[in-house]
Order: sequence, then C-alpha cells, then structure tokens
Amino acid sequence: MITEALVLSAILFVIGTFGFLVRRNAIIMFLCVELQLNAVNLSFVAFSRMWGIDGQIFVFFVMTVAAAEAAVGLAIIISIFRHYETVNVDSFNLLKW
Amino acid sequence: MVSGVFASLIALTQGGGQAAAEGAHFEPFLPGLVVLLPLLGFLANGILALRHGRASADAVRAGGEFNLGGPDSRPSTHTLPTWIGPGVMAGAFLITLVNFGRMLGVHLEAPVVVHYWTWMATGTFTVDAALQLDQLSMIMMMIITGVGFLIHVFSVGYMKEDPGYPRYFAYLNLFVFFMLVLVMGSSYALMFVGWEGVGLCSYLLIGFWFADREKADAGKKAFIVNRIGDVGFLIAMFLLYKAFHTVDFVPVFAEAETLAYGGALVTAITLFFFLGAVGKSAQMPLYVWLPDAMAGPTPVSALIHAATMVTAGVYLVARSSVLFALSPVASATVAGVGALTALFAATIALKQNDIKKVLAYSTVSQLGYMFVGVGVGAYAAGVFHLMTHAFFKALLFLGSGAVIHAMHHAYHSTHRHEDAQDMRNMGGLKAYMPITWATMWVATLAIAGIWPFAGFFSKDEIIWQTAAFGGAAGAPFPTLYTIYWIIALAAAMLTAFYMTRMMVMTFHGTNRTGEAEAKQLHEAPATMWIPLAVLAALSAFGGWINVPEAIQNSFLGGMGAFPMSEWLHHWLEPLTAQAHHIQEVNLGELSHSAPFGGGEVLWAVLSTVAAGVVVLLTIRTVGRQKIVSVAEDTTELTGISALLYNKYYVDEIYDRFIVQPIIEASRFCWRVVDARIIDGTVNAVGLVSKGIGWGISMFQTGSVNTYAFILTVGVLVILGASLF
Repeated sequence: MITEALVLSAILFVIGTFGFLVRRNAIIMFLCVELQLNAVNLSFVAFSRMWGIDGQIFVFFVMTVAAAEAAVGLAIIISIFRHYETVNVDSFNLLKW
Repeated sequence: MVSGVFASLIALTQGGGQAAAEGAHFEPFLPGLVVLLPLLGFLANGILALRHGRASADAVRAGGEFNLGGPDSRPSTHTLPTWIGPGVMAGAFLITLVNFGRMLGVHLEAPVVVHYWTWMATGTFTVDAALQLDQLSMIMMMIITGVGFLIHVFSVGYMKEDPGYPRYFAYLNLFVFFMLVLVMGSSYALMFVGWEGVGLCSYLLIGFWFADREKADAGKKAFIVNRIGDVGFLIAMFLLYKAFHTVDFVPVFAEAETLAYGGALVTAITLFFFLGAVGKSAQMPLYVWLPDAMAGPTPVSALIHAATMVTAGVYLVARSSVLFALSPVASATVAGVGALTALFAATIALKQNDIKKVLAYSTVSQLGYMFVGVGVGAYAAGVFHLMTHAFFKALLFLGSGAVIHAMHHAYHSTHRHEDAQDMRNMGGLKAYMPITWATMWVATLAIAGIWPFAGFFSKDEIIWQTAAFGGAAGAPFPTLYTIYWIIALAAAMLTAFYMTRMMVMTFHGTNRTGEAEAKQLHEAPATMWIPLAVLAALSAFGGWINVPEAIQNSFLGGMGAFPMSEWLHHWLEPLTAQAHHIQEVNLGELSHSAPFGGGEVLWAVLSTVAAGVVVLLTIRTVGRQKIVSVAEDTTELTGISALLYNKYYVDEIYDRFIVQPIIEASRFCWRVVDARIIDGTVNAVGLVSKGIGWGISMFQTGSVNTYAFILTVGVLVILGASLF
C-alpha cells in the first residue's frame, strides 16, 4: 500500500520538477512548485500510517505555508505582468551581478 | 600623578612622612613640601595658562606682543603668575633653608630617607616614592631653589610683555619640580623620573616660541639628542638591578664593593651612566643640542641650560661616586671626555658673535671641568665647581638677558629688524646699563679664575686634583692625567680670553646699535637687576666656603683669614668617604706636586696671574680692534677663524653622516617598505578577493531558469553523494 503511494508521490514530484525546469510561464512554474509540495504532502500522509500522526501535522504546516506563498507569489506575478505585460520568465533578468 | 599628589598631601599632614629612625637626630622639615610647592605652582599657573590659552596662542602665532592695554589693566592671568611662580620658589627655598640649618646642626653620617608610598612593587623589584636627604642633595636643593628663585624673579621683568606669560611660569615651576625629584629621589628609578621630566621641560621651554620653526626645531633637537643618553641611563639601571636586585641608593652603595675593582660589570654600569650624563650635561659628542637650546627665553638658559639641569650629569657621577671609584677606566673616560670638551668648546667660544652662543659654549666647557673633577675622584671639587658655576653662569646669562632685553626694546622702538643678540651690534653699553656691566664683570672675573672670586677656588681645585690624581702611586694612566691637566690649564686661559672678549664687545668701546636706538637703551628694571646683584655677591664670595687648606694657609688665603676652609669638602665627606677609601686602597696616596714640580699654591698663583694677564691683554687687543655692526660687517672669515666660527662644522658633519643617512633610511622605509611592500601586500589581498568575487558573480545571471537548474542539479548531487 505504502509503496504505491510513494511511487505516486515520486511521479508527481518528478512531473513538478520537470515542469519547473522546462516551462517559461511564471504561473505554470508556480503551479509546478505547488505540485512538488503536494507530492511531498502525499508522502507525509502515507508515512503517517506507519509512524503516527506527525506526518499529517506536517502536511497542515506545508499547506499553510503554501497558501501564504501562493498569495505573495501570485501578487508578485501580477505586478510583474502589469509592468512587462508578460509572465515569461526569460523576459526579466535584471536582478543579477 | 593625581593620586600621588593626594598621597603626599596626606603624608604631609602626618608630619612629613616617616623618617628613617637611624638618621642621627636630623629631623627633616616638610621635605615633601619642597617638591610639592613647585608642582602646585605648575598646576595653578597651568590652569591660568589654559584659561588664557587661545588668546595667547593667537598672539604667539601672529608674532606680535600681547596687547595688555596699558600697565594698569593686566588681566588676572598675568598678575597671578607673577606671585605664584616666584612665590612657590620662595616657599621651597625657605623650607630648604630650614632643613639645611637643621642638617648643619648635626653630624649626619647616613642619608635620611623619607618614605611616602610604594611606587611600584613587582615580584622581587620594589621602588618606593621616597626622598633622600643628605649633604649632596641638600647642596643641590639649595642651588635649585635659591638660584631658581632669583631666576623666577628676573623672569617677571624679562617676560612681562610676552603673551605666553602664565604658560612660561607653569613650565618653569614644572621644571623645578622635576629637578627636585631628580636630586631628592632616593633611587635611580626616581632620579630617572626627574631626569626625563627636566628633559621634557627643557624641550617645552626651548621651543617656548613655537611659532618660529627654528626654535621649535631646537627644542626637538635637544629632546632627541638627550634620548641617546637616556638609553645609557636605562641600560645602566638594568645592569644595576641585575647586580644588586635593587636600584635604591643606600643598598646599592652598601653592596657596591662586592663588585670586583675595575671589573667588567662595574665598568659597564658606570660607562652607561656616563653616557646618560654626556647627553644631559652636553659633553662631547652629544653637546650639540646645548648651543641650539639658546633659542629659548634667556632666563630659561640661565636656569636650565647653565645652573641646574645640565649639571644633572655631574650630580649623577658624584652621587654614584662609589661605583665610579671602582672603575678606573670609567673614571678616566669621564675625566677625558670632560677635558676634551672643556678645550673643544672653549675654542669654539673664541669666535662666536652671538652673546648667548658664547655663554652656551662656555657652559659646555665649564661642565667639562666639572667632569674632570668628578673623573679624578675629586667629587667635592666637582660639586663645588657646579655650585660656583651655577652662581656666575646664571649671572652671566641673566646679565645677557638684561642686555638682550634692552637691545630688543631699542630696535623695537624704531622698528628695525636687527639681531638683538649679536655683540657686533652692541658696544659701549656700560654707559647705559652700569649695574649689568658691573655685575657681569664680577661673573667674568669669577669664571676666568681670578683670585679671590668664586671660580678661582673651584676651578683651581679641579686642576690641582687632576695633577695630584695623575701623580698618585698607583694611578692607572699617569700620562693621560698629565695631558688632562695641561688641557685644563689651557682651557682656563681660553676661558679668560673669550669671556673678556665678550665683555669688551658688549660693554666697552663705542656704541654700534644705531643713533636713534641708543637713546632707547636703558638699565634693566629692579626685578631684573636685584637678582643680578645677589648673584654677583655669590659669585664674588661663594668660593670662600671651600678654600683648599694649602691655599688657606698661604698669602692667597690671607694666611688663614678665610673663615670656612674646605667646608664643602668636609660637608660632603660622609658621602665621598667610601669612594676615597676605595681610591686610597687601590691607588695609594695622591701626589703633592704637579707633573713639572711645584705645589698647589705655586700653580694657583701661576694660573691666576696668567688668567689676569690674559684678561688685561684681551681688553687691550679687542678694545683696539675695529668692530663694525652686523649690517656693515662684510669680512670673510678664512682658515682657523672660519673653522671656529662654524663650530668645527660638527653640526654639518652630524647632518651628513648621521641625520641624512637616517632620513634616507626612513625615506626608504616609507617609499619602499611601507608604500610598496606592506601596502602592496594588503592591496594584493584586496585585488585577489575582488577578482574571485567577480568570477563567482558570473553565476548570478538573473535568469530564473538557470537558478532552477542549478538548484536541481545541486540537490541531485547532494542526494547522490549521500546515497553512495
């Protein structure tokens, strides 16, 4: 049972990572990060069946942080869009050196 | 310093500290107050000087005289020092007199040491803040406070119009404080405190008119040259500690004879002490600072550079008489350096035109005599000459001060910028300043060694003792002492010449100051001539306290008419007895005849007659010479004259072979070692960091994808590394 859950979690995480690396749309990249987070959440829940309630508590923490992060991240993306009229990450690379 | 003042104040209220019980009924009277009074004077005057500081410093920089706004409106910062400065000196002198009177009443065998507090205690090494009262320190205290008081009074008149008046008295009081610490301290360490302190005050007072670059430089020169000698003093103290584990006078001299006679250690100690003395007392080769020190106010030259500080070296040797007696090599060096300096400086003085320069070289020369005295074991004679020299040389300097004062005013009144110190601009001043003229003649006759003035007895004593020491059975270098004796006699004749030349050029002949200026020349005010008169009396009669027995009983001593035969000799006996004992055991009895025959009286008569003849001849020859004022003087000096006028080019030689190489080496250290090597290393470290930083910053592309890629790769690498 746990094996299947962990395999699913791994598949989701890899999809998330791959998407994060190859896509250029900021929103999509953001969603990929969410996918990674939730893949990890799935592992936590799966492990909690074996080692107790701690994993589920962690999931709540992760969800809370993810929600806060989504709020801030989406706000930033919106303000970037207002400025550049695009959300393609290749278009903004001023923050360097 | 502050805690020290408080501690001594507390000790004073308890009746002058705890006197050592063994001091044969000699009860010291407030010895701490003698030292403390000048210090309080310094603090009071110093506060006034600071209050007055800004205005005075501005006036000094402007090079003008401070506008007091009429004689009645002197600010309190000028009135108070007039009373505080000489006042504390008078107090110190009176207390010294009381102590002197008490000491006269008892026969004091061992020094009385008054302990106040422990200055430092480190393991095996302890130094107490303690004052030592004995016959030698008492004589020195009398000279310092007595002559010092007179010079303070003189300064009131001399410095009246100077903007730095309170500052001047602050420094002068501080100097007296340190000088008293020097002679009253009960250990070499405490003596060193005074030694350095007087050096500091000397520096401050030479550069008193600091706005003048030349004068400020003269102060620095004095300070730096003295440092060379001070190193010797320090090394000697370290060696002394190594040998005796203490630097207090009493235990050191008690154990001194455990050192081998003529041994390497005692020779090293005494030679290093002598190096210190050479610096402080301006002997060859470190004498060069003293003539330049004449840049200071003239009363300073009288007090510091004639009467007291420069004699500290003689005091040091006399105080360490036991150690010097143990080392014939060191003693011969002391006498040799003294004799050479006496002759060398006297020859330079022959050709100087600046009145103070003549006196400066004369001081160097006379200090040489003192060293000859203490070098041939005649410690009492050396101290005797120190004392009479303090009288007549202080008088000569103060007299020259009165002359310069008058000349300065004369030129000031007509706004002419002539040299007020050059004797070629003087001449005929006798008519304008009769008191100064008369008193300075007394001093001149005294220094020339004319009977019965003070200098005759003291200088002749030294010359005679040199001959007697060289003729002793076991004298280490008899020929050498004969040479010293001849040099001393020759230098005495030169002294008679250059001093008379100075007097004739200054006071006799026709006046060369200028017609308008001559009307302004005037006698010094009472505050200035009264000290001159007192010093003249001392220069005339001061020598009678120590008339050698042979002379006492001859016609020179009025067949025993002088009341105080060999008084100083007997007075210092308890301190010099040990040294004389060492000398007698190792060298045998002193000779009773000079190298070429003749006794003490014969040579005394010969030398005074010869000096008298030189004085008379000089009056005639110099009086006949045509001297023209500086502005008209166009004579080119040649040959020996030029050599002497230019002081044997010693300053130039030092500059070429010592000063310039040091400057070059310093420049090398600055331009190459500091700017290239050290700065280069630091800059290179900075540049490398900057380069590395620049290289690494290339990874920061600003592209989110790059970061994401690197992050992922990094995680994979760490995972892989932790798995395998």
